[in-house]
Amino acid sequence: MNAMYEKNIDLEATELRLGLPGTSKKEITSRSKKRPLDESTEGSSSNNDDRLECSAPPPSKAQIVGWPPIRSYRKNSLHQKKEEAEAKAGVYVKVSMDGAPYLRKMDLNIYEGYQQLLEALENMFKITIGKYSEREGYKGSEYAPTYEDKDGDWMLVGDVPWEMFIPSCKRLRIMKGSEARGLTCGL
Amino acid sequence: MSENNHLHHHHQNHCSPSPAETMSEDDEPGRPQPPDPGSKKTRNCAAVHPSPHPDRVLEIVLEHVLQFLTARRDRNAASLVCKSWYRTEALTRSHVFIGNCYSVSPSRVTARFPRVRSVAIKGRPRFADFNLMPLNWGAHFGPWVATMGKAYPWLERVYLKRMSLTDRDLCLLGDSFVGFKELELVCCDGFGTGGLAAIASKCSQLRVLDLSDTEVMNDGVDWISCFPEGETCLESLIFDYVECPINFEALESLVARSPALKKLRLNREVSLGQLYRLMVRAPQLTHLGTGAFGPSEAQGASDQEYDYASAFSACKSLVCLSGFREIVPEYLPAIYPVCANLVSLNLSHANINVEQLKPIICQCRKLQVLWVLDSVCDEGLKAVAAACPDLRELRVFPFDPQEDAEGPVSEVGLQAISEGCPKLESILYFCQRMTNAAVIAMSKNCPDLVVFRLCIMGRHQPDYVTREPMDEGFGAIVMNCKKLTRLATSGLMTDRAFAYIGKYGKLVRTLSVAFAGDSDTGLKYVLEGCHNLQKLEIRDSPFGDAALLSGLHHYYNMRFLWMSSCHLSRQGCREVARALPRLVVELLSYEGNEKMDDGAVDVLYMYRSLDGPRNDTSESVTIL
Repeated sequence: MNAMYEKNIDLEATELRLGLPGTSKKEITSRSKKRPLDESTEGSSSNNDDRLECSAPPPSKAQIVGWPPIRSYRKNSLHQKKEEAEAKAGVYVKVSMDGAPYLRKMDLNIYEGYQQLLEALENMFKITIGKYSEREGYKGSEYAPTYEDKDGDWMLVGDVPWEMFIPSCKRLRIMKGSEARGLTCGL
Repeated sequence: MSENNHLHHHHQNHCSPSPAETMSEDDEPGRPQPPDPGSKKTRNCAAVHPSPHPDRVLEIVLEHVLQFLTARRDRNAASLVCKSWYRTEALTRSHVFIGNCYSVSPSRVTARFPRVRSVAIKGRPRFADFNLMPLNWGAHFGPWVATMGKAYPWLERVYLKRMSLTDRDLCLLGDSFVGFKELELVCCDGFGTGGLAAIASKCSQLRVLDLSDTEVMNDGVDWISCFPEGETCLESLIFDYVECPINFEALESLVARSPALKKLRLNREVSLGQLYRLMVRAPQLTHLGTGAFGPSEAQGASDQEYDYASAFSACKSLVCLSGFREIVPEYLPAIYPVCANLVSLNLSHANINVEQLKPIICQCRKLQVLWVLDSVCDEGLKAVAAACPDLRELRVFPFDPQEDAEGPVSEVGLQAISEGCPKLESILYFCQRMTNAAVIAMSKNCPDLVVFRLCIMGRHQPDYVTREPMDEGFGAIVMNCKKLTRLATSGLMTDRAFAYIGKYGKLVRTLSVAFAGDSDTGLKYVLEGCHNLQKLEIRDSPFGDAALLSGLHHYYNMRFLWMSSCHLSRQGCREVARALPRLVVELLSYEGNEKMDDGAVDVLYMYRSLDGPRNDTSESVTIL
């Protein structure tokens, strides 16, 4: 019922979309798809990203066309600014490692994906974390990176798309030893 | 004679100059000055006919007297006195205002008013700005420029709002009007830099080129370089929302050779360093749009650290400041030297907080017009209230225009403003939550309000403290603000609110309603009570055919009625079309709904026309 009349002359204009004018199609679809942790490695298990809305959050409240009544040039430039502001803001979380005497803090925003984050963790604590696979978690070392999410649950780092991870991660904890091994044995 | 009455009724629209500078987004075009009686423009019949017939003497006297009537309401009234006055008024009208471009054909206008120097035409209705109207709906300038090109060789000024123009139209304009002086395009589209180049090169007498809010396609043409060499007559060059890169060297040269330039509003491609270079060449500026107000991307050595404050100091006449499109707040103190004289300040693109706002606003004692982002929060608005007792117009835009975002401004800010700015005449306020109490307070503290537009961004939001509808608040506004002519509502509203509006909103000419009301009764109250209603735009409200039919007595007096996503049926609209033959009843359909024949109406847009339905419609438009 509420179709849009976009100023762009392209086929997307006839699509019913959730999202503000000015947001790109790419942003929307990536939210509902699960992405493999490490796209460059093809060796590990095959079935990675074909399950679509497994752990996707519920879609944001449907945006009504032309509401609030702001002219498009204002919306677009503000949207950019918002993204810039969020990008610069910095998402600092505490990082603890089992057995370490004190905690550290890191800004998740400076990393572009799990690869970089894990490398940073490895550097920070002088450890090796091991390889992530969906089926087996982190194999190859006695460490497993976990995080506490908004619901207070401890989750394995790497299961959800990076963009979803950032806003939901409240703190990081690198588990060690038997606890960590427990996580890798297929829960 | 009856035809003339219709024309009068149609043109009976309010015309008054805006109180502050012409910066508001919905402005009436400025009135021209009465002509100098000694000028050669007046018809001097005595010279042609040495001994005029006695009847002609009266007409000649009348001509000279009518020259001094500029307000179109006065002129419309004068034209109704008798045939002689009608004729004479038509001969002496130099500025024509067409509130709805489809209400009358270009040839009818040129036939009645042969000696026009200045034309203002408005096209699409306002809801088109929010993607509620099909693209290519209409409002083409083409037919107008073609007809006027032949009829008005001495045309000097064109003002268009929400119209579509092509490059060819602009070329034709430049070719047709030798002494063309002022082009103002507000919220227009359809042309590119090629069209601008045509204007720049062909109109040697150009004084004003104002492209406020207008979309210009980037065809890669360097239009700034197309202005003629040597000194120009340019007084106003406004291109702040033209999203095309600019040849800066050419712009600098243009500014340097335009000694009369008073208004310059730059787009965001112009960096702070470039702004400096322009300002030092034009210290006589009264209106400045600063462009980015940040360093350029290709930074480093090329952008030296200028003494920006000194450039502002040198502009002793600056009264109106805008821009700040990519602001780097550290540079804000540069504007301190001009704050004391500022009458109008537009920070609505600057994501600044209250701490950054305070040092500026507390120096702006003379400020009458302020546009800001809600990033300044309620605290910022309190600072405004404390610093600007003379404020007439305030607009608070949302940084995050979504329904369930954080709300940095609320009823607290509104209340503070109402207490600190009793002279307020116009307000546009976006927020996430509001209370009736604050709106009622404003209605009492600001009795001079002419425009009240409140946008509570969450649909159907009640008063967040009492959980009651916003009826009492809006009711108080129409009751207490006796000069109110424009009202935009939001939040949870029952039919009761419309009862208030119908009962007390006797001067209201423009009413915007969204997601409001309970039943047909609401709309009936408005149509029966608001005798001066000209423009009614409604969306997503439960008003149906019965309500629509209750307004038949009034639709000929309106500029337009817009109803989208309401409960109208084709049948109901057809009845209106049948009852009022001179009404053009357009049904617009949204994508995918054209084939559906269930009788439900997506959009109804109707207006009075003297020349019948238009013939330039697209597929999504049905005219009943």
